[in-house]
Amino acid sequence: MELSKDLVAASATPLVLAILAEGDSYGYAIIKRVAELSGGHLQWTDGMLYPVLHRLERQGYVSAKWSESEAGRRRKYYRITKEGRAQLAAQRAQWQVVDGTLRGIWREARTA
Amino acid sequence: MTAFADGSMEEQISHWRAYVGRRQAIQGPDVEELEGHLRDQITALTEAGLAGDEAFLVAVKRMGSLDALSREFARAHSERLWKQLVIAPGGADEPANTRRGETLVALSLAVAAGLAVKVPPLFGLPLVDGNEPIYLRNASLFVFPLLVAYFLWKRGAEMISSLWLALPFAAGALFANVYPFRDGGDTWVLTTLHLPIALWLVVGFAYVRGRRFAGGGRMDFVRYSGELAIYYVLIALGGIVFTAFTMMMFRSIGINAEWLAQRWLVPCGAAGAVIVGSWLVEAKQSVIENMAPVLTRLFTPLFTILLLGFLATMAWTGSPIKVEREVLIGFDLLLVLVVGLVLYATSARDPQAPPDLFDGMQLVLVVSALVANGLALAAIASRISEFGFTANRVAALGENLILLVNLAGSAWLYWRFLRKQGSFAALEAWQMAYLPVHSVWAALVVVLFPPLFGYR
Repeated sequence: MELSKDLVAASATPLVLAILAEGDSYGYAIIKRVAELSGGHLQWTDGMLYPVLHRLERQGYVSAKWSESEAGRRRKYYRITKEGRAQLAAQRAQWQVVDGTLRGIWREARTA
Repeated sequence: MTAFADGSMEEQISHWRAYVGRRQAIQGPDVEELEGHLRDQITALTEAGLAGDEAFLVAVKRMGSLDALSREFARAHSERLWKQLVIAPGGADEPANTRRGETLVALSLAVAAGLAVKVPPLFGLPLVDGNEPIYLRNASLFVFPLLVAYFLWKRGAEMISSLWLALPFAAGALFANVYPFRDGGDTWVLTTLHLPIALWLVVGFAYVRGRRFAGGGRMDFVRYSGELAIYYVLIALGGIVFTAFTMMMFRSIGINAEWLAQRWLVPCGAAGAVIVGSWLVEAKQSVIENMAPVLTRLFTPLFTILLLGFLATMAWTGSPIKVEREVLIGFDLLLVLVVGLVLYATSARDPQAPPDLFDGMQLVLVVSALVANGLALAAIASRISEFGFTANRVAALGENLILLVNLAGSAWLYWRFLRKQGSFAALEAWQMAYLPVHSVWAALVVVLFPPLFGYR
């Protein structure tokens, strides 16, 4: 099953923020985590994650820092900020509304 | 395990890095970040059993289309596209150091142009005290040589073999200064107006150097000229505000800064702004939509309506054109404007596209301008002997003739194009072939008219 582009784009922000809420991370690891969590259903074009991260950084939801990777190369690590956590909570509430609404109508459709 | 020797994998990655780095919206640290991702991906894939080259290809593919990626980067960092209007001119594949070098060269030349205006005062020819006519007559000579130098540098032309471009300037300086003009007289005005037009051709030569001086290069030069004119007006507006503030602030502490404005700000700024404007036009090439064609689109319908309204009113009321002394110059300017509208409409048009409504409107515009001008000429012809053949009138008549031929040719080619008998390229070729005629005529006016008309 392939998700529509709009849905992937809309879910990107809460997903990235939620993954960063688990702990600091970097681009490649975030992509891997997304694939893992979605069981491979959420396929991002790898490169597209970075503009999303940069936008979040600019909005102040995440902060970024360059440090060394295990292999000794420079790597950019991202950390969620306080505003980011607030934003995550807000997005979560919004998604729960969407989720709850859809669940409701689908339950009715099944019983009807 | 890898099909690449280690070195060639590095080579592949560095090729990829260079390719990504050329994108204007993706900057240094981003490239590094993406490269890190690519390396992690390759490592993971080779560990999963892929050969090195396969891993590289899969990793690059997963990164996604670079066009889409740089579009997303541009959206996340919209300021970068603006910043590069000023900081990163030229083609995207030029290395960054020549860009910085260009900023330096352009600004130095602008300062040099500003200071060039201050050279004559060193030899006892101050900018005030009735010397303005000399400065105005030579205005283009202060700036254009530096502009030519800028383009030669920018196009990487050989300076030695380009030295012949100095000859027209030397000739211009000669003809502008050896004739015993009466300041403010007819021939003085003609030289002041025509010398820049004649020398603009030399700037054109420098501009297209390195490219062929065929149609394509000329059209680029036309686009550049139009954009420069617009930038110059904008810079001039800023300059007026700056000068006004300078005067106001110093007046508030009881100091009259008029000399500063008159001797430095205005003349040096006016000269330097030509170079700065050219540099900005070069820098923003192909980044945002050109302004001149947009103005053309806006004003072509308005001028068409104006001309049709004018002709209809004349036919209705029967009132003839009142022949006053300057009426010919007025209609010359009208033709210049129409030629400009046609030229910039041509510059922005895809020659392959089929005729559309706008092309029809252009034809109506050109034909109605020709009719209006014909009526004016007829009115003048009957009385020209009465006024006598002064330098001004002969020059205006000559110009009218040149513009008339240009527009008649354009009208004919538009007509053929609209009837699908000819191509738009033919119209463009006609316009381009005609361009030097204007400069050659201007040169003739500068060289021949003052002695012909007794320097009056």
